[in-house]
Amino acid sequence: MSDSEKTAGTPPPQPSAASGEGGRPEHPEPLRRPGEALPGKPEGARSSVAGDVAALAGGLKTTLTEFFRPQVTLGYPEDKSPRSERYRGRHYLRRYDNGLERCIGCELCAAACPVGCILVIAAENTDENRVSPGERYAKTYEINMLRCIFCGYCEDACPVQAIVLGPEYELSDTSREKFIYTKEKLLEPLPPDVQARLDTKGPK
Amino acid sequence: MNQIYNDPIGHWVVVTVAIALLLFVVLTATAYTVWFERVALGHIQRRPGPNRVGPWGLLQLAADGVKLAFKESFVPAETDKLLFVIAPTIAVAAAFLSWAVIPIGLWYNVQYWIADVNVGVLLIFAFSSLNVYAIVIGGYASNNKYSLLGGLRSAAQLISYEMALGLSLVPTFMIVGSLRLRDIVDYTVHWGWYNGPIPLILLTPIGFVIYLMAAVAETNRAPFDLPEAEQELIGGFLTEYSGLKFVMYYLAEYINMITVSALAALLFFAGWYLWIVPPILAFLLKIVLFLFLYIWLRGTFPRLRYDMLMRLGWKVLLPLAIANVIVTGIVLVATQG
Repeated sequence: MSDSEKTAGTPPPQPSAASGEGGRPEHPEPLRRPGEALPGKPEGARSSVAGDVAALAGGLKTTLTEFFRPQVTLGYPEDKSPRSERYRGRHYLRRYDNGLERCIGCELCAAACPVGCILVIAAENTDENRVSPGERYAKTYEINMLRCIFCGYCEDACPVQAIVLGPEYELSDTSREKFIYTKEKLLEPLPPDVQARLDTKGPK
Repeated sequence: MNQIYNDPIGHWVVVTVAIALLLFVVLTATAYTVWFERVALGHIQRRPGPNRVGPWGLLQLAADGVKLAFKESFVPAETDKLLFVIAPTIAVAAAFLSWAVIPIGLWYNVQYWIADVNVGVLLIFAFSSLNVYAIVIGGYASNNKYSLLGGLRSAAQLISYEMALGLSLVPTFMIVGSLRLRDIVDYTVHWGWYNGPIPLILLTPIGFVIYLMAAVAETNRAPFDLPEAEQELIGGFLTEYSGLKFVMYYLAEYINMITVSALAALLFFAGWYLWIVPPILAFLLKIVLFLFLYIWLRGTFPRLRYDMLMRLGWKVLLPLAIANVIVTGIVLVATQG
């Protein structure tokens, strides 16, 4: 074995030296450079029927072992691979605990969005109609999910942490219109685990 | 039960019922062989295989069948349309015909067959050779170079392995003294205290090994599936076939698989005799084990190169089979006089 290691950097040993006794190649095999011929069989070595049959049986044994090993397939719709808790899926607009919307209609998210998929139209809060604690609120808040690249810049840009990206990634639907997420859809309550995470270590 | 075959009218009633029943059983068995193959191959590759349609994916074949049946019955332009349609029919007819002479043990003294021919094995060989016509004609009629090459390969391969296959069974016939499948299964020995049927593999182990390899080649299964060779011949003779005509070839291949497995069980493993196991279960078990062996081979070995296939057939299997016949003859003469 050490023979091949000692000669590293020099041409590998001659075929006759590279093969061990009984015509079987030594392991680990010496490294071959590109274009270099395979070491030939030593003189007098012949492929034996017993060796060939043993090789075939070895292959059969391998496949049979694999047959009884546990499968690696995930039955997707039922079993899902785990997501990172920071996974960026569909958007949510958050509310304060008193029910007021966080969004103040500043449009920083729309400005930060690299693909321009966010549309915000702001309106003034009045004492009769108070939607958010600030001066203004988002009268219209739409995200075109067909354009969204889920980069999360909107979440970073938001000064009041109103918009967050949740964990859902199965967003397929049957018409283009359904991909324009309106305020109604975005204000759906966050999944409890995401809410809990945001409450403890997320943006306040 | 067996006497009913001697009654002229009862004979025809039994045969008609038997044909209808066997058609149903073989078709169902074929469907579940495909399912079994896909699941077993899946497990070998550490995935589940079909598991969506029905419980454990058992209805997958129904879904596939409906899908294929509703496909357009397409015949390529500039082809020989008659031959193009006849070829898959030959394949499936030949595959079914073999089952006419295969006896099935139902219970301890009840057996079931359509025709109790005294040259049963010979007939099965005749029918299985018809399969080569289906493939060659299909390949020729498709007017496609890949199909033609696939057909030609198939012809050469089947001719090469047919001889080894036939010769591998000759020692069995020499020992038993009959070509009737029932006689071969019922072959009994009187070894000291033991009186009863034995698996003939004990007497002709080499014949079994040759039979195993030749049978895989004969049914065009991996690793001898050169006629369809996806990588270099697209689909071989199957290239131009789709829809129900494709189904017929596919069906024929799987029926042949079951036939060859049943034949192996009958000729080398004492058919339906297995200790105290009920005969029908024993027979089924043996067939399923052989089918698994087929699938196992397919999941393990890469396809042989064409020259390797020919070398194995002509230079290894055929001489070995002839030597096996001669040695068996000498031993028989020496022991029985």
